[in-house]
Amino acid sequence: MGYGVFGMSHHIVEASDLYYTYPDGTMGLNGISFRITHGESVALVGENGAGKSTLLLHLNGYLSAAQGTIRIGDYPVAKKNLDSVRRCVGMVFQNSDDQLFMPTVFDDVAFGPLNLGLEKQDIEQKVVQALETVNALHLKHRPPYRLSQGEKKSVAIATVLAMSPDILVMDEPTSSLDPTSRKRLIGLLKTFKHTKIIATHDLDLAMDVCERTIVLHQGKVTADGPTMELFQDENLLHQSSLEKPLRMQQCPVCAAAKKR
Amino acid sequence: MNNIGKNYFDIGYMDTLAQGDSWLHQLDPRAKLITTLLFIIAVVSFGKYTIWAFIPFFLYPVFLIAAGGLPGGYLFKKVLLVSPFAILLGIFNPLIDREIILHIGTIGISGGWISFLSVLIRFVLTVIGALLLVALTGFNSVCEALRKLGVPKPFVIQLMFFYRYLFVLTDEAQRMERARALRSFHSGFMKYRTFVSVIGYLLLRTLDRAERIYYAMCCRGFDGQIHRLTSLKSRSRDFSFISVWLILFIVFRIYNIPEALGAWVMGCLG
Repeated sequence: MGYGVFGMSHHIVEASDLYYTYPDGTMGLNGISFRITHGESVALVGENGAGKSTLLLHLNGYLSAAQGTIRIGDYPVAKKNLDSVRRCVGMVFQNSDDQLFMPTVFDDVAFGPLNLGLEKQDIEQKVVQALETVNALHLKHRPPYRLSQGEKKSVAIATVLAMSPDILVMDEPTSSLDPTSRKRLIGLLKTFKHTKIIATHDLDLAMDVCERTIVLHQGKVTADGPTMELFQDENLLHQSSLEKPLRMQQCPVCAAAKKR
Repeated sequence: MNNIGKNYFDIGYMDTLAQGDSWLHQLDPRAKLITTLLFIIAVVSFGKYTIWAFIPFFLYPVFLIAAGGLPGGYLFKKVLLVSPFAILLGIFNPLIDREIILHIGTIGISGGWISFLSVLIRFVLTVIGALLLVALTGFNSVCEALRKLGVPKPFVIQLMFFYRYLFVLTDEAQRMERARALRSFHSGFMKYRTFVSVIGYLLLRTLDRAERIYYAMCCRGFDGQIHRLTSLKSRSRDFSFISVWLILFIVFRIYNIPEALGAWVMGCLG
């Protein structure tokens, strides 16, 4: 699949020294810097309120940092670049109901491409292709509110894919899915060649999909490195109210069985 | 609340009905919308003591239900459900208008009762007409038809969003009500203060959600316009559908068929 013919720099996400405080005084970001390069898949983990969602909202300019800059490819995220930035960054929301607002699945997936002003035939093709990618073509004519959570999530991802983004940003993609839908989603995410930034508490997902992890704590980056290494560090995880992924924990039941 | 949720808001079922494949379902939504409007206009244009002249108009819902394969009983129940509004509208007529205008045997019936009955019949006809439109067309196609017929876009978009998030909102309201009911042991009904805070909280949640939806729209290049790919095509049978019913409605409106029929029967007997 071709995702644009832009130069490599187009897919870089670079944050330098971001600060953000909410209007009510809650601190969001407290000096965050990182650089994510083309094709990387990065998990963003941290306790509730660590600043993950706030950071995501900065990635396509919904919130603008009080201090510091964020660059998506060649553009700094600023008001005048918002269109190009939002085209480049595809955002999958935590709650699919917020993202699926059109009367039918087809209309919803076509919403973005229509706004981009593509030709009618191209749009249909894009919609079909995006729905096929997430295995949801059969839902084409259904109203979104009638879908299961898993189906909603797939369609929400299709709405973003139809815009051919270079960077996929996801907020808690597995939070409302049953184990099978979750597994299917993980399989799907692995096939994407996009640069991926995934905020999640599901560390097993992070292990499967992301080779790199950034740990946030109280609005700061406390660790940034290979996922497998960071997840060995119990102190670090404990400090961020996290636990080792289940697969890395010794299973008491199996251990007891072995002893016998 | 649960009952309210079940009864008023299973409009979703209407959408299921609208996915049928009878020839009525396949008509251009605009044709059905226009015919429905003509039907409603014809029905409400009668004088206030009209009763018998309404009878031919029942042909329209009966025909649509039969030809569209719709569950008549279900639709009728929906009508009954909203009928308190009509009763409230007409209930004072018998008190205000006491002039006797009809005698059945020795019992005199006042104009008020006649006009009350007339209001009820009108109500049943118009509501079932509107329900049939949605059941045969689907709410969203009705919106599309409204837009194509020149209704201002912001209004149609409002309607569309209203319909889309009605389900989410009732869901939310039901969850909150359930949570409240589980913690109120003695009172079945909500206390006034609780009600106020539940409604207030619901409003806040709605505002939050509206903001998130707007953000989601912006993320996908929303610029104040909602474009859709669907295009409506009207064929000759759409025009014939409108014309046939238009002619029938005019005939029903001008000639009082039941009365003429009665006179003819009496003539034959005499």
